[in-house]
Amino acid sequence: MKFKSLLVGLGLVAGISIAQAEEPFKVGFVYVGPIGDHGWSYEHNRGREELQSFFGDKIETTFVENVPEGADAQRVITQLAKAGNDLIFTTSFGFMNPTLKVSKRFKKTTFEHATGYKRSKNMGTYTLRTYEGRYVSGVAAGMLTKTNTIGYIASFPIPEVFRDINAVYMGAKTVNPDIDIKIVWVNTWYDPGKETDAANALIDQGVDIMLQHTDSPAPLIAAQKRGIKGIGQASDMSHFAPDAHIFSIRDNWFPYYLKTTQAVMDGTYKPQDFWGGFKDDMLNVSSINTNLPIEVRAKIDETYNAIRSGELKPFTGPIKDNSGKLVIEANHTLTDKELSQVNWYIEGIKAKMPN
Amino acid sequence: MDIDFITQILFAAIKTGTPLLFIALGEVICEKSGVLNLGQEGMMLMGAVVGFLAAYTTGSAGLGIFGAIFMGMIMSLIFAFLVLHLGANQVATGLALTIFGTGLSAFVGADVVGQTVQGFQPIIIPLLSDIPLLGKILFTHDLLVYVSFAMAGSVAYVANRTRTGLVLKAVGENPHAANAIGIKVLRVRYCAIMFGGAMAGLSGAYMSLVYTPMWIENMSSGRGWIALALVVFASWRIGNIMLGAYLFGLASIMHLVLQGMGWSISPNLLAMLPYVATVLVMVIISADKFKEKLLAPRSLGKPFDPRQMA
Repeated sequence: MKFKSLLVGLGLVAGISIAQAEEPFKVGFVYVGPIGDHGWSYEHNRGREELQSFFGDKIETTFVENVPEGADAQRVITQLAKAGNDLIFTTSFGFMNPTLKVSKRFKKTTFEHATGYKRSKNMGTYTLRTYEGRYVSGVAAGMLTKTNTIGYIASFPIPEVFRDINAVYMGAKTVNPDIDIKIVWVNTWYDPGKETDAANALIDQGVDIMLQHTDSPAPLIAAQKRGIKGIGQASDMSHFAPDAHIFSIRDNWFPYYLKTTQAVMDGTYKPQDFWGGFKDDMLNVSSINTNLPIEVRAKIDETYNAIRSGELKPFTGPIKDNSGKLVIEANHTLTDKELSQVNWYIEGIKAKMPN
Repeated sequence: MDIDFITQILFAAIKTGTPLLFIALGEVICEKSGVLNLGQEGMMLMGAVVGFLAAYTTGSAGLGIFGAIFMGMIMSLIFAFLVLHLGANQVATGLALTIFGTGLSAFVGADVVGQTVQGFQPIIIPLLSDIPLLGKILFTHDLLVYVSFAMAGSVAYVANRTRTGLVLKAVGENPHAANAIGIKVLRVRYCAIMFGGAMAGLSGAYMSLVYTPMWIENMSSGRGWIALALVVFASWRIGNIMLGAYLFGLASIMHLVLQGMGWSISPNLLAMLPYVATVLVMVIISADKFKEKLLAPRSLGKPFDPRQMA
């Protein structure tokens, strides 16, 4: 019996090696969170699924979820490269150095890292213009708030988060000159317990619009419970808070995954630093609550279209930071490189920079 | 800072302190019987995930609570069997239980990460909630918070005022003497450990069904350990445990509140507060001159074998 199954096994191995000639193009994905986080990793995985169904059996995709941002990451990426993946997407900031290291060992494999800034001959980077969504969020929040106070649950003090806080404030200020923003740092991307604590602390202090830079729906659930409003992050979170939900800023990675996979298959790939936003359909304002006043909905649409068409560019000078220093010269719009280095609060934000 | 704001902070401190109170009440009974169970975190996580799964599949939060309590008891039974029957080292077994529970709960709950359930609605107690200040802080919570008040009261009563409490104390102080007068030491310890497991499970259910209400891997984030410190901090007195739980609750939300008020202290430093408090209390309590007052059960952590004489 055992001998027989061994034979069958050997036959299978032989079959596979014969079939190798016409093997599909292999794409691997590494996620920092669970694919069920309903936020960041969930959306990356949705991009992978769409990629798979687009190419059908021409490609084969695999993913590894819940990979810690440390020594394990390098092992996982190496494993994927060894398994013969032609293209590997690593989707969290902390995977930057491990990806770079592995990219130097596996020169024939293409690597793509999300939200980082290090590149090599076979490694590119890509990210989202999340600040565009934040600007629209700010406009909506500024119009809807009754207490003139927006709450922002911030994750880590990195440029991406500062940039987004500034964008919210900028957007809100255009419709509400009395706006104030309260910022609470929780030092995590995903911890529903702590996010709930932070949301409640903010609501206790008069916040009536909740914005978050963390990935769980917990702050929105807290907003629903306490009868205030909030905006969903990364993914469509409307079903978690039917009354509180204003809209969600939804990530959409598929266009980039499609473009890059095609380029690598065709041999036309060149590593670059790609930023996708409204214009590329990689960021969307989704599930706008139908109970919102008509003028708010119109303003949301108008702002979205202005940013999408390039008519409105949020980070255009003159802009001062909250110590009064001119950080963007008049008529200058921050370049992508400068955007990735924002480390100031815009004039008007009362909070001090952390640390 | 106005009075409303203080009320809200204290209200939040009670909410945040409730899971600590549950788990510490269980642990103190367990320790009073002479058994140190370091597996709190593991039992709590298993309770949280099973409670969530039960509530998610059946749609009933009540069933979730029972599921969580049941699971906590099963976890504690594993521990009890190992340390009571096989005489395994309590510290090592407890640590193993924590690691086991952390891993297993992540595995079992992988499919429901990011889902949410209908938790409990707050119950505003008529009359009592009209008391100025205190009414709002104490009597506008959800069901499980009231259950925790009741549990604290009954545990204190049973431990200090009843024969059962005396038996428990006898077993924890001197199991050989207790054995000699006919008390079934192992049976008492089994019960105490399982009570600890049930409370840990309940604490987990509070986290996953009421507090967020969501399930995520390792969502207890160290509360089991804080509760262990809390028992020592309270020198095994139930009243102190209640006070301590709310103090720790307050410490853990304070950094978020202060940030919102625009304090410019590093949030990282502030987030350390509850843990720093834990370490400080441990240091103070472990200093020798206080040891007399500790009231630690004398046979804590020592295995008992009825065939051996002291």
